[in-house]
Amino acid sequence: MDKLKTGIIAPPGLPAMPARWFDRKGLVQIGLLALLLLAPLAAYLLGHIYYINLASRITVIAMAAVGLNLAIGYGGMVSFGHAAYFGLGGYVAGISAYHAFDFTPFMSWPVAIPGSDSMLVIWLAAILLCGLLALAIGAISLRTTGVYFIMITLAFAQMMYYFANSWPSYGGEDGLPIYLRNTLPLVDTNQPLVFFLICFAGLLLSMAITSRLMKSRFGAALTMARLNDTRLATAGISPYPIRLMAFVISAMITGLAGALYADLNGFISPTMLSWHFSGELMVIVILGGVGRLYGPLAGAILFVMMETLLGGLTEYWKLFLGLMLLCVVLFAKHGVMGWLAGRERNE
Amino acid sequence: MLTVTNIETFYGPSQALFGVNLAVEAGELVALMGRNGMGKTTTIRSIFGLTPARSGSIEFEAKDLRRLPAYRIAQAGLGLVPEGRRCFPNLSVRENLVVTSGPGYWSLARVEELFPRLAERRYQMASTLSGGEQQMLAIGRALMTNPRLLVLDEATEGLAPVIRREIWSAIRLLKEQGQSTLIVDKSLSELLPIADRCTILEKGRTVWNGQPDALDDAIRDRYLGV
Repeated sequence: MDKLKTGIIAPPGLPAMPARWFDRKGLVQIGLLALLLLAPLAAYLLGHIYYINLASRITVIAMAAVGLNLAIGYGGMVSFGHAAYFGLGGYVAGISAYHAFDFTPFMSWPVAIPGSDSMLVIWLAAILLCGLLALAIGAISLRTTGVYFIMITLAFAQMMYYFANSWPSYGGEDGLPIYLRNTLPLVDTNQPLVFFLICFAGLLLSMAITSRLMKSRFGAALTMARLNDTRLATAGISPYPIRLMAFVISAMITGLAGALYADLNGFISPTMLSWHFSGELMVIVILGGVGRLYGPLAGAILFVMMETLLGGLTEYWKLFLGLMLLCVVLFAKHGVMGWLAGRERNE
Repeated sequence: MLTVTNIETFYGPSQALFGVNLAVEAGELVALMGRNGMGKTTTIRSIFGLTPARSGSIEFEAKDLRRLPAYRIAQAGLGLVPEGRRCFPNLSVRENLVVTSGPGYWSLARVEELFPRLAERRYQMASTLSGGEQQMLAIGRALMTNPRLLVLDEATEGLAPVIRREIWSAIRLLKEQGQSTLIVDKSLSELLPIADRCTILEKGRTVWNGQPDALDDAIRDRYLGV
């Protein structure tokens, strides 16, 4: 068979060409990454720790939105329940740290599972658990489409929210503090700049995974499933498992972001699971540009900066966010990235 | 190979097919004919399970296709080139072809050999192709699944004469290679010389079935309006 069958099939050719660093799109993308990387470095040199943490917050939220963008933008699955994975990732980090701090086991029967304060263990657990949860939720939800899919994903996330709210062992609605930030070998995660760099690496990795996935045969099939699933089916490929796989990967990325978010704030609470957060992630994806690789990053920068700058001036900053969203939906359908970098081949 | 017996198909409450009979034997090229609105496309949609038939039977190589989802029908060995130029506009030519590839004779190289224009435009977005090239791409995409029965619905409709000729010569080439084909098309002058059998639909029923030589003027006038 053709050796291209499973490998990268996006061409070095004309319109599908990846961004070169010196064209408009490439410059915008590099600019966004440089902004995100250099701002906290400058803040470090000037000694403003607050701004380093702000950059970490942008990075982690962007990463969660990268996950959601894979579902909404590339897969056409409008999930209104990605807070479930974000929150689950956060709770994995929080609960694990809680037991490690207490020297109590998370579970002693049938198998003993101790808590752990190692980020590597926590990340792995968060990714696996989010993948399993998304497999179950996706397997059911993906039998529906349109507004039913939106509602059913929302319903599952709300179930998680109320469950966490009423589970007193882990703080219930008060949440659970993480007294000591979880650790990584060789580096001091308590250093804000180090933690930022960890988050930044996570964001880059999740974007690289998305990009590579969408250039593969799988990505082309996912695009086909989004555009016209009967046309894909008449070629002998069932759209369902392809969507489900993309949904699971999307949840894993958002879940990992949730674990980082818990460590960033040193605190978890059911708010991470609430539908408000699902909505915010959607707003970020739409603001940045649906189905654009750098859209979630652009959206997260805009969202968090508005929240910080306008939120400092007025309690009603979301009014301005709403107006901006309205403008994007009405006048710039491809979001900030579409406006800054021009249209992309899949638009 | 494919035997469609007495199928009845509905769009909601309105009945579109009232008993279509159709058969394609291995290696045959069968023409499905009839005026507009007589049920040709609906018959094809029923075969592929897109608008499932409510009664009758559809068998392919002794396998019952009714009630199977579309992708299983395609996996059973049927390849569809749908009406209109149905490729995926936002994917490159190569992506359009490679995604549906299955094991067998047809590979990217062979499709590009059949339609050299596609080889030239390998990396272009399908949306930038001309109508004829998109049609070639749709045929290529169906061939990539290595179907034992290829179904072409109006593959040459609305295309420039020069492109039509290219597509017809590709269809003739496929027939010489022994590809079983079910084809809906209005250009009788191209279709009849290569068809092994013709089936004519009128108001959702099979009204005539026979060899193209037997298709005399009376039948043409009555059912095809030419």
